Amino acid sequence: MKLDAHIPEGPIEKKWDTHRFKMKLVNPANKRKFTVIVVGTGLAGGAAAATLAELGYNVKAFCFQDSPRRAHSIAAQGGINAAKNYQNDGDSIYRLFYDTVKGGDYRAREANVYRLAQVSVNIIDQCVAQGVPFAREYGGVLANRSFGGAQVSRTFYARGQTGQQLLIGAYQALERQIGLGKVQMYARTEMLDVIVVDGVARGIVTRDLVTGKVEAHMGDAVALGTGGYGNVFFLSTNAKGSNATAVWRAHKHGALFGNPCYTQIHPTCIPVSGDYQSKLTLMSESLRNDGRVWVPKKAGDTRAPGAIPADERDYYLERRYPSFGNLVPRDVASRAAKAVCDEGRGVGPGGLGVYLDFADAIKRLGANTVAERYGNLFQMYERITGEDPYKVPMRIYPAVHYTMGGLWVDYNLMTTVPGLYAIGEANFSDHGANRLGASALMQGLADGYFVLPYTIGDYLATVKPGAVGLDHPEVKAALARVNDRTAKLLAIKGKRTVDSFHRELGKLMWDNCGMGRNKAGLEHNLKRIPELRAEFWQNVSIPGTGEEFNKELEKAGRVADFLELGELMCRDALHREESCGGHFREEYQTPDGEAARNDERFQYAAAWEWKGEGVTPVLHKEALNFEYVHPTQRSYK
Amino acid sequence: MRITLNVWRQKNARDAGGFEKYDCPNVSEDMSFLEMLDVVNEDLIAKGRDPIAFDHDCREGICGMCGFMISGVAHGPESGTTVCQLHMRKFKDGDELWLEPWRAKGFPIIRDLTVDRSALDRIVASGGFVSVHTGSAIDGNAIPVPKPNADLAMDAAQCIGCGACVAACPNASASLFTSAKISHLALLPQGQPERDRRAINMVERMNAEGFGHCTNIGECEAVCPKEIKIENIARMNRDYLCASFKKRPEVKRVED
Repeated sequence: MKLDAHIPEGPIEKKWDTHRFKMKLVNPANKRKFTVIVVGTGLAGGAAAATLAELGYNVKAFCFQDSPRRAHSIAAQGGINAAKNYQNDGDSIYRLFYDTVKGGDYRAREANVYRLAQVSVNIIDQCVAQGVPFAREYGGVLANRSFGGAQVSRTFYARGQTGQQLLIGAYQALERQIGLGKVQMYARTEMLDVIVVDGVARGIVTRDLVTGKVEAHMGDAVALGTGGYGNVFFLSTNAKGSNATAVWRAHKHGALFGNPCYTQIHPTCIPVSGDYQSKLTLMSESLRNDGRVWVPKKAGDTRAPGAIPADERDYYLERRYPSFGNLVPRDVASRAAKAVCDEGRGVGPGGLGVYLDFADAIKRLGANTVAERYGNLFQMYERITGEDPYKVPMRIYPAVHYTMGGLWVDYNLMTTVPGLYAIGEANFSDHGANRLGASALMQGLADGYFVLPYTIGDYLATVKPGAVGLDHPEVKAALARVNDRTAKLLAIKGKRTVDSFHRELGKLMWDNCGMGRNKAGLEHNLKRIPELRAEFWQNVSIPGTGEEFNKELEKAGRVADFLELGELMCRDALHREESCGGHFREEYQTPDGEAARNDERFQYAAAWEWKGEGVTPVLHKEALNFEYVHPTQRSYK
Repeated sequence: MRITLNVWRQKNARDAGGFEKYDCPNVSEDMSFLEMLDVVNEDLIAKGRDPIAFDHDCREGICGMCGFMISGVAHGPESGTTVCQLHMRKFKDGDELWLEPWRAKGFPIIRDLTVDRSALDRIVASGGFVSVHTGSAIDGNAIPVPKPNADLAMDAAQCIGCGACVAACPNASASLFTSAKISHLALLPQGQPERDRRAINMVERMNAEGFGHCTNIGECEAVCPKEIKIENIARMNRDYLCASFKKRPEVKRVED
């Protein structure tokens, strides 16, 4: 298989325009003959479904939640980047492009990133027009804040609920199309397989989560906007239902998986409190604008934070990175937190925490201003921990938050299966080895509103609508596969709960494929995960039947997939003998503990091909060329 | 601490349903309410019994998926909090609690504590949007919005669509939900062109879905996890009334 990213010719600022002109168009009268299947209704999926319907295509949209408004994009707090330069502080499309390529540690595809920066400005306009209540200045214009990894103020926000407001904007646009009959919405419906006929994606198999009914849906193209796979780690900031089943089934049908080991560990989350912990809660990175991160200088200092005088505190981010200070990118901030905790200077129960202190900000700005900026985050923190961050510093620790890896896609966002697209976090394309804050919302909406609706037309113009019907043997085979798998899971009737397997997998992944990775740990996982998977298939206990509302059955199917994907993540992490962005191999670091890339050997995107159960997957490489932003060691000092 | 739970168990919409009692002997005060239920469920599965079905997803209080009645109060005793963000330190050792699903004609029961809230989506589909196609927007700063209006709109737009307002209302009215969306858009310049038809279509859809009328009781505001104010209902009623008088024949009404 030869990977072709289909990057358009020409100078980078012209690529997208040239490409849009060259793409084939579907006649407006013909659009209604085509059906596009969109799985997932977050920022990418919801925006794509609404926009495709506006264009005149028939859309079938699917989500496992009870309403499209609940997709996990809703939980994004801090904001969305756009190169508007409203603050007159030197921002530009080129600077956003530059910051994103650098922030991604030179492991993203330049052409995609440039396009992302270009359409970022349209996203803000579109969302404002939809009525998204962005924060405003008294003069009525849009307000901005700064975010990690950038020295300009380009982040637009709606209090600490930017993801919610953007998603509701997309959801409203989607509901409008549902009301108009252009989108058929299937909520509480999970995609369990892709139907591929003669190498082309033609539909999906779904299970109605209320009745258990399994059915096939045919379409002329399939777009997966199903999010990331951070829940492989069990404890993450993802929603409990977030899963990799759709992308993993696509992978098994020939879609290559790009950079699975690139995981983002977010530096500011509430630390774990006990064994029953079901998820981790993020505190927006925007808190680092005004909060100062510190630990005691002495190891094992158990005094209350207020009792530690200023000269016995180590504001380690300000010390190590004077020019970016508390606003270094996420990967850098997370590793620095791990480093001080490894030295025994962590705070709180178990020593796995650092302080995020607002005392200076409250002194400088007043409690009211701080409340206006972060009030809801402070409330959330207090609810969870029982501590008041206006009085005592927050305790934070890094947690799995986002996955930069995902299905490999070309410039058109098409996977290696023709007709099958991946958008938003589900694909691997734009963030390289590390995503900058406030860029996930940007990418999800860019793909959904402004990229896929164009590029999918170029593909649809070449296919005959409705070419494969429900009576095709491949459809029957796909239905049988799904039914057999459900029956097999239910027949195990073992002794261990689904969650117990998931927790064990999560611990293996966090310990050996988390913030720090090394050869021995990864090899341990590559041995241990297949054993755990084998035990799962012999000893998992799932009550109930497949013909009812059965949450354990849903979870079991997802965990079965995580048990395969986790292994691929470790394999990818083991092969990449360098440190870059969120992937930190302990063997490869600079003398002062920063990530040491190896551009000579690893300046490529790794794309893995599934070869069957128990068979080692095959690695393909997409070489990355940096014509505009020349790789250097990332420095935030 | 030790908590006793009486949980509504109902296999499906046709089943009669009833309470079952569970003893939870080792509850940590740092657990969230749903983490306590996770522990109960793990135990039930180990005993080969069906776990309690409850909706949840983000567990950060923002997706709106979770929610049930705890001893008669939607989302439980802590104000401004969804049940996923409610922590056990708000309860005392020895407490006995009664868990029930949202009960409303507009929310048919699916199983145990899980209900079907798709009626809320249909209310939004009837008019809770600005009709602007992707690509047709003008520059964001070309639509100035006074900060106080943006803030008020944001207050209303924070609604998470969990349905607690409906469950708490003796009339099972969805007025707080519907009015939050009408207000959010009515307070912004972008919402003005469709303001009248939006109010009429959404209110009539709400009525058609089997939700009751608002009689100013205020239970909805008291339980709303996002503390949405009933002044939004006043705004909705005003818009609906004005729109009804101004209505022209081309305004299409939503039929049942």
